Amino acid sequence: MSDLKGIYALWYREFKVFQRERSRIVASIVNPVLWLLIIGGGLGSVLSFGGVDYLTFLYPGILVQSLLFSAVFFGVYIVWDKKIDFLKEVLVSPMSRTSIFIGKILGGSTDTLLQSAILLVIGCVFTVTGVLSGITFSLLSVAISCVFLFVTTVGLVSIGLIIGSQMESPEGFQLISSFLIFPMFFLSGALFPIENLPAWLTPFVLVNPATYSVDGLRGALVGLHRFNLGLDLLVISAFSLVMILIGTYAFKKMKL
Amino acid sequence: MHVIETKNLTKTYSSLTAVDNLDLKIKKGEVFGLLGPNGAGKSTTLLMLTTLIPPTSGTALVNGFDIIRQPDQVRKSIGIVFQDPSSDETLTGYENLKLHGLLYDMDARLREERIVEVLRLVDLTNRKDDMVKKYSGGMRRRLELARGLMHHPEILFLDEPTLGLDPQTREHIWEYIRKLATEKNITIIITTHYMDEADRLCDRLAIIDRGKVAVLGPPDLLKKELGGDIIRMRGKNFNRGSLEGLDYVRDVKQDDGGISVTVRDASVHLQDLLGRVGTVESVEVRPLTLEDVFLHYTGRTIREGAPEGGWAEKVMQAGLRK
Repeated sequence: MSDLKGIYALWYREFKVFQRERSRIVASIVNPVLWLLIIGGGLGSVLSFGGVDYLTFLYPGILVQSLLFSAVFFGVYIVWDKKIDFLKEVLVSPMSRTSIFIGKILGGSTDTLLQSAILLVIGCVFTVTGVLSGITFSLLSVAISCVFLFVTTVGLVSIGLIIGSQMESPEGFQLISSFLIFPMFFLSGALFPIENLPAWLTPFVLVNPATYSVDGLRGALVGLHRFNLGLDLLVISAFSLVMILIGTYAFKKMKL
Repeated sequence: MHVIETKNLTKTYSSLTAVDNLDLKIKKGEVFGLLGPNGAGKSTTLLMLTTLIPPTSGTALVNGFDIIRQPDQVRKSIGIVFQDPSSDETLTGYENLKLHGLLYDMDARLREERIVEVLRLVDLTNRKDDMVKKYSGGMRRRLELARGLMHHPEILFLDEPTLGLDPQTREHIWEYIRKLATEKNITIIITTHYMDEADRLCDRLAIIDRGKVAVLGPPDLLKKELGGDIIRMRGKNFNRGSLEGLDYVRDVKQDDGGISVTVRDASVHLQDLLGRVGTVESVEVRPLTLEDVFLHYTGRTIREGAPEGGWAEKVMQAGLRK
């Protein structure tokens, strides 16, 4: 396929830019750590779920939170590319729109997953130093986590790109994506267990794909989960696949 | 052989007709100019020819391929330098070119060769490893020009290629554009609102106004058709009637300050003209320029300076990305 070099080109660009924009990396790491230490530490003094510290319970949820924020937010860069003519430079090349979309997903996923990797390392450090307890960092648990992180990221980056491809202004993007990111985060079970929720809340939690990502990660790392991990993976994979399909369509229809 | 042929090419945005049944034939190897005021439809035409936006009706053949049915083949045949900045400023000049080579599926060896070639051409070899955000506006433009040439397209579109560049760099780029057209037999399509640029570069040009071709032809011929010189006479109470029916007078315009007469050849007819009009305070004779041609066919002067959504402004917006 002659578009392979082009896909690599798009990935290369995102990766280089990511490397050079240090402030982005720092901000994306500092936020989750603050959440973890302040919310986790604060509520942890009065709460514990499933026989583990609240901090430990929260950790997988914060991994998903960081995915949600950075992966969806990645879509804003396409709005910036639109504002200058960089997007036209890519669209006028012989690459197909599908390949452009794939290149963008890979670029955005790499950025996001590097952040997750750093958060995993921080988790390890916290475990070693005793801030976190009860998290299993084994080869298997990390491998399962990576699968969940990857599949979730691809779907979330797609959402960001879909919104970005339809928006004209970064402000508009921010508005629309916030409407999506915050409910997805709060309804994911990242902050609280999803068993025994009020009946009106449960359906919202169950249709939220992030729920299955949190459940899978918590299952792998903490050993607490409501669903079978296979089911979690299936749901999240289906979600990502659908997002990729919609995204491909959105890119084909994208107007300048 | 026509390398570009548009057939009733039309683009409408709700109530506005940006491009109106455009029929153009552009020959292989020529430098063709689209000259027009802002909002005349030049850039819209370019976007349609480069398959970036679909026409509302009509179509065009670019390098023999239909822009609607064979957009992939069209895109393989063309290169384009956009009006707005289109390089990534967090990458170096070299990296931007590498990116372009990859997007056009070029092998590593060919890519490196071409990067060296085009960098030398636009005198950016020394600065290739600097990030584009450290470039001046002119350097950035040169880099994008280099990039547009890198894959040796059959047809090169240049949207306002020397906008915001200093005179020396403009000369440089003009020279190179001419060289490309003659040596490599590349067809070059330029949109511009700089008269001198159109005059210097284009073998033929079309003056576009309100989405239509107002007039088309080689710049010299367009000027010749209107006349040779303009005689501007200041004074009052001219006898305008005395100029009617003279075979050498092509056009007469009168305003508060005086009268402007377009004549075939001022060196022959000046004396006769002065004898007819009455008392003249001062006389100024100048050869007809493309500006006059433009004014004649569109009824407007072309506004000098940056077109709408200025380049500099876009550079600043791009800088806000961080």
